[in-house]
Amino acid sequence: MKKSHLFILAIIAVASAIILSTTADASVYVGFSEARQRAAEGNNTKVHVVGKLLRDSQKRPIDLQYDPMTDPNYFAFTLVDSTHVAQRVVYNQPQPQDFETSEQVVITGCMKGNVFMADNILLKCPSKYVKKDLKGATASVK
Amino acid sequence: MNLFIGQLGHLSVIVAFAAALVAAYSYFQSSRGRALGEEDPSWLRLARGAFFVHGVAIFSVIGCLFNIIYAHRYEYYYAWSHSSNHLPVQYMISCFWEGQEGSFLLWIFWQVLLGFCIMRFNRKWEAPVMAVFSGVQLFLVSMILGVVLGGVKVGSSPFILLREFLTDLPVWKMNPDFVPKDGTGLNALLQNYWMVIHPPTLFLGFALTLVPFAFAIAALWKRELTAWVKPALPWTLIGGGVLGVGVVMGAYWAYETLNFGGYWNWDPVENAVYIPWLVLVASLHGLVLWQKRRTGLRTAFALVVATFVLILYATFLTRSGVLGNASVHSFTDLGLSGQLFIYLAAFAVLAVALLISRWKEIPVSAKELNAYNPELWVFVGATVLCLGAFQVLFTTSIPVYNSFMGLIGIKTNVALPADQIAHYSKLQLWMGVFVALLSGIAQIMWWQRNNAETLINSLTAPTLLTLLGTALVVLLVRYNGLTITAPYIVLTLAGLFGVLANFSTIFNLLRRGIRLSGGAVAHLGIALMLLGILASAGYSNVISRNVSGLMYSREFTDELNNDNVLLWRNESAPMRGYKLTYTGQYFEVPGVPGYVDKQFLYRTDDDYKAVARAPIAVDGKTYYKTGDTLEILPENTYYRINYKDQKSGEQFTLYPRAQVNEEMGGLLASPAIKKFWGHDIYTHISSVLDPRKEKPWSEAKESVLSVGDTIFLNDYFAVFRAVEAAHETAGLNLQKGDLALQADMIVYGEKRQYHVHPVFVVRNRMVGRVPDEVEDLGVRITFNAVDPATGKFTFGVSTTQKDYVILKAMEKPFINLLWSGTLLMALGFGLSVRQRGGKGVIAEEAPETEATEEASSRAARPQPVS
Repeated sequence: MKKSHLFILAIIAVASAIILSTTADASVYVGFSEARQRAAEGNNTKVHVVGKLLRDSQKRPIDLQYDPMTDPNYFAFTLVDSTHVAQRVVYNQPQPQDFETSEQVVITGCMKGNVFMADNILLKCPSKYVKKDLKGATASVK
Repeated sequence: MNLFIGQLGHLSVIVAFAAALVAAYSYFQSSRGRALGEEDPSWLRLARGAFFVHGVAIFSVIGCLFNIIYAHRYEYYYAWSHSSNHLPVQYMISCFWEGQEGSFLLWIFWQVLLGFCIMRFNRKWEAPVMAVFSGVQLFLVSMILGVVLGGVKVGSSPFILLREFLTDLPVWKMNPDFVPKDGTGLNALLQNYWMVIHPPTLFLGFALTLVPFAFAIAALWKRELTAWVKPALPWTLIGGGVLGVGVVMGAYWAYETLNFGGYWNWDPVENAVYIPWLVLVASLHGLVLWQKRRTGLRTAFALVVATFVLILYATFLTRSGVLGNASVHSFTDLGLSGQLFIYLAAFAVLAVALLISRWKEIPVSAKELNAYNPELWVFVGATVLCLGAFQVLFTTSIPVYNSFMGLIGIKTNVALPADQIAHYSKLQLWMGVFVALLSGIAQIMWWQRNNAETLINSLTAPTLLTLLGTALVVLLVRYNGLTITAPYIVLTLAGLFGVLANFSTIFNLLRRGIRLSGGAVAHLGIALMLLGILASAGYSNVISRNVSGLMYSREFTDELNNDNVLLWRNESAPMRGYKLTYTGQYFEVPGVPGYVDKQFLYRTDDDYKAVARAPIAVDGKTYYKTGDTLEILPENTYYRINYKDQKSGEQFTLYPRAQVNEEMGGLLASPAIKKFWGHDIYTHISSVLDPRKEKPWSEAKESVLSVGDTIFLNDYFAVFRAVEAAHETAGLNLQKGDLALQADMIVYGEKRQYHVHPVFVVRNRMVGRVPDEVEDLGVRITFNAVDPATGKFTFGVSTTQKDYVILKAMEKPFINLLWSGTLLMALGFGLSVRQRGGKGVIAEEAPETEATEEASSRAARPQPVS
């Protein structure tokens, strides 16, 4: 066997190791019921959950709990996933600005006891990129 | 309404497209079936003319688009959505490339200039290289073509009118010539000097990758499989330097402007440029290997092609919308995904097919490399870079796999790793280790004859010093109460070795009087960058811990995350090593250095104008007198935080910023950074009382007072000193016959006293009241009524939530190593370009090693393998 063959084998080995490590680290999008099931099985890997906030009739979010005077690092809210399962979520960071106006919330983390501990929150806000509102022209487009 | 300029612009785009088509075809024809340098003169003339027309048309497109932005022509969607009346001129340049169309245009522009350079300096290669250039231009211009062909939209024109974009606004029915008064403005995050120079640098880097690619394709086509390396090498060097600097510029902008707490977040948009840069640098090593040591040509070919394909892939990733949820800041999806994909696929397939068909003809070195050949180590280094690029590529593409599976009807739910930083770092760290070690070894070996003895001689000193240095670093880290893991120790070892080995190479070469080696300087810079990244990211230290001793009782006390502290206005709080005081909100006033206290300003109906309540003076110079109208930048509120070092008593002030930015979803925090030689203190706001919302005031408590009385306002008290005629201050627009009175009160706060002047106005028998507020104390006083009979005055006092900020502060040790390493790297690239530019003659480069060189290159003369 030539040295160059050994070298190519080594490259293939490293590349496979990279693919394996990515597969192992890759997360999944799940609903809360599956997140609970995972926790029950003792699987504490972090998952992604996509959901919406609970809102009242005036479209105001309800059940947000953030009191910076008591603890600026504690924010809790209820998220409803696409299969309509509601879950209390705790986030050990200040409440993200404009959390209330977001249409969709993506969280990563895992279940701890009765709550979902989120370590990251990604907000999708309405009309984030394409400008479609024209002030002074009396109407907006959808 | 000016329709002409847009039509001229759109016409120029079409002319540029047609001319690129003609140029590509005629360059192709002039060279078809002929050897290099023996082109058909009539086709060549036509091709040159066409490319020249193409260039002029592109300049015209740019001129038209800039005119639309500069003249505030809001009838055009591009100006309306990217600019506004208040935008300073220097940022109008940034709006030019804020949109996709403008950034494509920037890319096209650089390639026009590079094309002209090739026509001027690489005459021999002009025809086949420019055929590839024109072909790429054809595709890029098609992205901004904006025509509909057979029901398919080709490209998105930057000259589209507002009424063509927002077609269903009712206003068009009433007035088709409606032009908005103002634009929606440039995203305020991009109003930063880095955003003026970072995108052009990056796109110049993108454009520069086309040059070696075009040479490689020309070489494969013309079967000139070796001669292309020499002219392509200096361009690749420039490309490596420019793209590298562009990436770090982006990182620096993110560090200064975004609030994720660092300079690199492994966001797909960042990765999309990082991946081709790694491969570009690897290809550069392949080219140098061939140019100097006649080996590694196949590697060079493969990597040059891969770099360009990866640039196209990066474009596809960031602009097609495929990233969707995965990235915070990819471009808008303009519905051009299909077109982008065709572009990517066409070039990738054609280039790879051509490469495969000629693969067997590419000369290889007959010599088997052994461990005493520096070529081997350079080659291994290039491989490491490619593997590092592969890791980032494989993970960043996860959303692409999902879309692809969705396309063929399989639903997948794979997401990016939950902790991306940990995922990428754990492997990129080892890439860094190998890059630093190999660069040190290869640089030392490159410049000497190698056998066991010379190697031991030259490696002993740097190795011993490295071991010593690493031991010292470990001890120092431990001494400071921190831990250091095994991979970090290895990276420290490798980084130090890289620094010392490259430094000793530079030193030896200078001593032997040869010259400063660009390669060694660049590698020294890279090793320093690695050490800087290790220190600043690995030991980034949150200092805003809750040290009040209060424990909040919550569900998970064991892993409580106390990274943020709450600071009340004008109250001090301790933080690790510092005492912090938040002392109020400030605005930026153009023309006045630093920031101006909000309490010195009366806001007016125009958001961008305010009236000075007190003289605005900095360092003894008065910029505005009381009552002057001044301009402000209302989007940005700065929170003044005073830091006092508890040991030395030294003080400094930081102004972290909160920016009202509807486009990015509301309120955005940007950090403020205090730089010391050995570390940075980095602070950003995590939460504030929203400056956009009206404050909720308590119900007013009324008091009836006579002059001289004292009243209590919650925790403070005030003395009512006098009533006087109101001055023309707060933008009252007093008219003849108005009666205006103002009370003069002094409120005693914790730190200082405040003059408060609530105003009572009678105009046409209507009563008006202008309350006055002490923001520091959260108190507002209204002058409610006057009783002339008794000489008594009624005031209403209301209070509001006392102002506070929640902030996070971090210490970034030795981050300056990263920035200075980058400068060294850029300097090294620059030196190499100057030294190697155009020459590349072995004997001239390294006279010392001439003997070995000649021997080895004789042995390794290119021998085509059949």
